[in-house]
Amino acid sequence: MKVFNSYIGRPMERVEDLRLVRGRGTYVADVNRPNQLYAVILRSSTAHGIIKSIDSSEALALPGVHRVLTAKDLGSKVPVIPLRLQPLPQLETFHQPVLADKKVRYVGEPVAVVIAESAALAEDALEHIALEIEPLPAVATREQAEGKRSLVFEEHGSNVAITWKAFRGNVDEAFKTADYVRREKFRVQRHAAMFMEPRGFVAEWDEAAGKLTVWGAAKTPWHNRRTLAAQLGLPLEAVDLVEVDVGGGFGSRGEFYPEDYLIPAAARIVGRPVKWNEDRREHMMTANHAREMECDVEFACTRDGRFIGLRGQIWCDIGAYIRTNGSVGPRNIAQYMCGPYCMEHIDLKSSMLTTNKTPCGTYRGPGRYETDFVRERMIDLAAQDLKIDRLELRRRNLVADSQMPYPLPSITPYDSSTELDSGDYHAVFDRCLKEFGWEERSKLRGRLIDGYYHGLAIGSFIEGGAAGPKEEVRLVLETDGALSVYMGSSSVGQGLETIMAQIAADAMEMSYDKITIRHGSTSYVKDGYGAYHSRSTVMGGSAILVGAEKLKELIRKTAAERFGCKPEEVVIDGEQAGFGGNHLSFAGLSETPLEVEAEFFNKKYTWSYGTQAAHVAVDPGTGHVKVIDVTSVEDVGRMINPLTLHGQAIGSMVQGLGGAFLEHLVYDDEGQLLTGSFADYLLPSATDFPSVRSVTLELKPCPNNPLGAKGAGEGGLIPIGGLMANAVADALSHLNVQPMELPLSPPRIWQLVEKAEAARAKA
Amino acid sequence: MQIEFNLNGQTVSAEVEPRTTLADCIRNNFGQTGTHLACEHGVCGACTVLVNGEAVRSCLLLAVQVQGDKVVTVEGLSGDELTPLQAAFRKHHALQCGFCTPGFITTAHALLSHEPDANEERIRDVLSGNLCRCSGYIPIVEAVLEARSSYRDSGSK
Repeated sequence: MKVFNSYIGRPMERVEDLRLVRGRGTYVADVNRPNQLYAVILRSSTAHGIIKSIDSSEALALPGVHRVLTAKDLGSKVPVIPLRLQPLPQLETFHQPVLADKKVRYVGEPVAVVIAESAALAEDALEHIALEIEPLPAVATREQAEGKRSLVFEEHGSNVAITWKAFRGNVDEAFKTADYVRREKFRVQRHAAMFMEPRGFVAEWDEAAGKLTVWGAAKTPWHNRRTLAAQLGLPLEAVDLVEVDVGGGFGSRGEFYPEDYLIPAAARIVGRPVKWNEDRREHMMTANHAREMECDVEFACTRDGRFIGLRGQIWCDIGAYIRTNGSVGPRNIAQYMCGPYCMEHIDLKSSMLTTNKTPCGTYRGPGRYETDFVRERMIDLAAQDLKIDRLELRRRNLVADSQMPYPLPSITPYDSSTELDSGDYHAVFDRCLKEFGWEERSKLRGRLIDGYYHGLAIGSFIEGGAAGPKEEVRLVLETDGALSVYMGSSSVGQGLETIMAQIAADAMEMSYDKITIRHGSTSYVKDGYGAYHSRSTVMGGSAILVGAEKLKELIRKTAAERFGCKPEEVVIDGEQAGFGGNHLSFAGLSETPLEVEAEFFNKKYTWSYGTQAAHVAVDPGTGHVKVIDVTSVEDVGRMINPLTLHGQAIGSMVQGLGGAFLEHLVYDDEGQLLTGSFADYLLPSATDFPSVRSVTLELKPCPNNPLGAKGAGEGGLIPIGGLMANAVADALSHLNVQPMELPLSPPRIWQLVEKAEAARAKA
Repeated sequence: MQIEFNLNGQTVSAEVEPRTTLADCIRNNFGQTGTHLACEHGVCGACTVLVNGEAVRSCLLLAVQVQGDKVVTVEGLSGDELTPLQAAFRKHHALQCGFCTPGFITTAHALLSHEPDANEERIRDVLSGNLCRCSGYIPIVEAVLEARSSYRDSGSK
């Protein structure tokens, strides 16, 4: 029976779910090794200061406590964490040491590691370590960072680490002659990925074999293995990172953190397996923060609403150190501020500020969420000033199908040239208006109904994906006819096992249930890249296609030997190899498994794109915003599994709504985190945003990969901040309320309303 | 302290410290790791288990408090076949990373066991005590709505 091309595009229920809904998953906290010890980390409670002394003697005297590791136990030079992306030499000053040595630079920075017979005993011991820190003035705000009263890195002489510059055209000339220029300041608050499963590791050192095994890898196991092996002075083959079930990532989990070194190093030092799991408070102080940004930007247009360009200064608070991917957000804010619109003149500088707060890294749609807030707000303000309908204004400026591929602005100091690959932005825009019911809902704009003013907004976005350079797979046709697919891709909960099995089933013309996907462990393939930049489907999936062709070649060759014919005469059909009326089943075709390795290389990003529309209602008395409807229409080129893709879109949008209305990592002027629990840091819950809709299209397949797929899964949240702020402004247009800052919390909206009403009363 | 209780239909006993939480006891003493810890301060609901049929947070309960009680975790709800509630979660893609899922399943199971006719508003209200970072909740609510019929058919199961 031929099963050709029948799985891609089907809403297959996930294979992962069979274990996960029954509590049979294995997350890192569920991994235990015989004779294991437990690590707990002493963290700085001071944001900025000089370590005067650490005395562990009292802790070491407690029963069950084995070791207390401090910086001086890690050799003459404490290892620092290198950058995974944009590894610029001028950023080396800001690399994080795995344990604070002379100085502490944020609350939560690791200072010592306690190893004990149980986690509880190790936690008890923390209180018996005498840590003396001489406080220095904290740098917690942009004003403090620029004021130079205190320097996070004295040797650098400034709290500005580096400045990214996005450029195109002749900005000064263009702005001088522009009909219309508006200048505004915007702010986006610090918030974070906040995945549900706290981070953790179990590490085991086998002295006899000279081999280190670490459970708890995620996202980028191969890169982290290279970093860890180099830090420990071990050959690559001596280090194995193992990915078990992973409880969410969203860009933050799986990057190399201090604990990625500390727990394996501790296991090697004590000669017993060591287990560590963070708690939520630790997570909030230590896992990458994101999105904190301020900017002062000018937007220029012609009188008839043709966008000319953007110029201005952006300040990104990156926290106390540069994390592995810490440049991505600040770079993207500058490079992608033009979004899906034609803008010929760009001059945007994005400065990375060091402060005494938790370091920042990527969080789903890094930089794009922030920059879309700025751009879409600017477009609505311009529409209001120029008295042009905001739908029409956007239509006039969206990049047209005929302009593809359309380059995005250049950026320095680390070249990241890219171009929008394909798309019919106008078609998706109009489809969104239709799905949303814009015309009908427009009748409610500005109306007060049951104490709430109603407003609408629209916004378009682009989502980059499929970062190179490559992904690897190893396909093994087992002797029983089953197919094992070993991959360099990683799963952070997005359903990789299901999606890749669909791709492999179609590529091999095999039944889906004969395929097993194995991923994320460094023993599976020689080199892997992992799960980031919406790349798994495109990169891993395309690698499977390449591998399947090689495996079919091998099957034909193997069968040809048995048939006594030429390989090209063998026909593969229905899990059989056939020649001249005879058939050999895949099962038993060979006495040993048939195995091939394959790689897919890619230099070009994919660019999925979409438009979202929103309907909100605002209570001017409390500042509360009800999200009545958000509709997203996105073109991803090709859908592998509509069920999981829809889930990504909806989940992403709700995360974005959390960032727009609820989530905020608040610090005081001393650099103390004030929102260190789920009681203070509010995530969306089931009652907050019940009306979120998503439609996915396959209008324009990506020309740069054999699947035609474009990275998707981050997109849903990208336009949400700007969309919500514009919808609130629309609802309160009679007061000319203009939110320039996120989150749109009730106090903030209420204050804007109060201010506007006071101004009106005065007038 | 010595404690004895019924865990997923079996009588179990253990020697625990007074400060040991029920969650740690279930996970560490009895290896039932389907009960997950995500906040350990009673907000996220990932650790929800059933004690005498009521949904409770096992991170906020001490193990010694369930002496003589009947405790059911997510592992105790199904055998080889998925329950209708679990199957509905799968069908509606109500989980991605799956870490919060055991808490949602136990919470929804307790709700539907008591109120098999719960409407969407009631379901959302009860589930608002559990946090999920992946799904956006919409498919979870759809799954629970669909599973209601199986609780009506079988009475209080």
